[in-house]
Amino acid sequence: MLKARNISINYGDFAVVRDVSLRLEAGKIIALLGANGAGKTTLLKSLNGGLPLAKGSIFLGDKDLSEYSRREIAQRIAVIAQEAETKFPVSVLEFVLAGRFAHAAGFGWETANDLEIAADCLTRCDLAGYEARQMNRLSGGERQRVVLARALATGARVLLLDEPTANLDLAHQALMFRLIRERCATCESAAVLITHDLNLASEFADEILLLKNGALAAQGTPAEVLTEDNLENVFGVRVLLDENPSSGKRRVTTVY
Amino acid sequence: MRFGAGLVVLLGVVLAAAVCLGSEKLAFFDLSDAQATILYDIRLPRVLLAACVGASLAVAGAGLQALLRNPLAEPYLLGVSNGAALGTMLAFTIFAQTEWARPLLAFAGAGAALFAVYRMAQSRAGMNVERLVLSGVIVTTFLSSVIVLLTSLIDAAKLRSFTFWLLGDLSQATRGGVYLTLAAAVAGTVVLSSQARALNLLMIGERDAFDFGVEVKRVRLIVFATTGLLVGSSVAASGSVGYVGLIVPHLIRLLTGSDNRFVVPFSAVAGAIFVVAADTLARIAIAPRELPVGAITALIGAPLFIWLLRRN
Repeated sequence: MLKARNISINYGDFAVVRDVSLRLEAGKIIALLGANGAGKTTLLKSLNGGLPLAKGSIFLGDKDLSEYSRREIAQRIAVIAQEAETKFPVSVLEFVLAGRFAHAAGFGWETANDLEIAADCLTRCDLAGYEARQMNRLSGGERQRVVLARALATGARVLLLDEPTANLDLAHQALMFRLIRERCATCESAAVLITHDLNLASEFADEILLLKNGALAAQGTPAEVLTEDNLENVFGVRVLLDENPSSGKRRVTTVY
Repeated sequence: MRFGAGLVVLLGVVLAAAVCLGSEKLAFFDLSDAQATILYDIRLPRVLLAACVGASLAVAGAGLQALLRNPLAEPYLLGVSNGAALGTMLAFTIFAQTEWARPLLAFAGAGAALFAVYRMAQSRAGMNVERLVLSGVIVTTFLSSVIVLLTSLIDAAKLRSFTFWLLGDLSQATRGGVYLTLAAAVAGTVVLSSQARALNLLMIGERDAFDFGVEVKRVRLIVFATTGLLVGSSVAASGSVGYVGLIVPHLIRLLTGSDNRFVVPFSAVAGAIFVVAADTLARIAIAPRELPVGAITALIGAPLFIWLLRRN
């Protein structure tokens, strides 16, 4: 459903992303891993048309991304970015309803359907009863869940997530991934996510892109990518590998 | 909704009071010929102009604040008012005989100032709000000095009326001016209301708004053009009435929340109430002499603003 072919992105003369390709199929989760400054966020931003490409192309369905309007893209691709602070008092419900913007017509009043979807997404994100709370009075973790609820409210089938579990406690990290997994499995959705947690990527991703200085260092299944050599090459750290006793997936332990 | 209805009723009361009160007290019935002339040719145009100017400035402020994610943004801060003022002054001195030159050049001045600020604020990495506000301050101070230069070139008799006008003066109200500002106020309120939900998203962040389907560049252009129209038409008619665009949307947000679909239309009504009340005070405070309405709005606005700032 989302295909990036040989894309490169420049900031001025500096190439931040170099010749990266990825193919996102329904039901799939792709994780972007790499050191700080490796170009993960830049790559993610470009996937919904947020940054101009120096080279390559991005296809959404069978059309080039540039042929869609912003509204059409927003109906199909939802984003969870590292959140911005707002100086205005915005309630949780208002914030989540912003996710329905791309579906609104005319002067933009919400329909009963919009309100129902928003309420449902809040409940799923463990936020029932938060509707009237002010965004700037919530904790970082609560805000992060509201941001997820807003992304789910769009009904978009492609989710782009930039460190969705930053600020979340253990229980809500699991909830976040369960929700993303569930959405991908049941609604023919798919997700690209950035994370620094190699073990979460190992548990939940179908494919991992390991980036180093904007270029691909490795691409493949977690078992293929999460090797001692690859991780030492990218992060410069020695790791031990074994299996997670409960899921049987690869587990990475840093050697300090 | 009940809040909106309450505001409209309050506007009706304030309008009626403003028409009756003044150095010549008027009843609504049994007017002498002289009183009828005062009512229809002087009092009524002036009160209606005050309402339109108040609505225009408040709506312009609400729009700019949401767009720039800055509760302190205001037509003044961005040089729009000074651009319009300079345009009007040029029209005064060069095309003194042509009535329609004033609003036209005011709009051109407001537009030019906004465009200059907008261009200065853009960098390779896009536009950020700090840069925009800084550019606004620079353009404002530059235009102020040009205005001061111009005022020192005109003769002393005109100077007093200019100084009065620069502080905001509604005493020159004409029917033509009322029609023009009324049309601008209504059109501007409708256009900005139609963009209100996009503004709600922009208020959270430009990146967010973009990701969730807002054509950020188009909305920005619409808001800038509409603000230019609103500020241009009101400055041409009444000079620079300050603090309206700052105080009114702020109060409305305190009372109803930040949803621009309410804030924009409610600001229009509340702005009208504020300026009509301030102008009535300006007329009766030291009657039969008058104060410039801008002095009153600033006298009320500045302390109110400090109070609001401390409260948050």
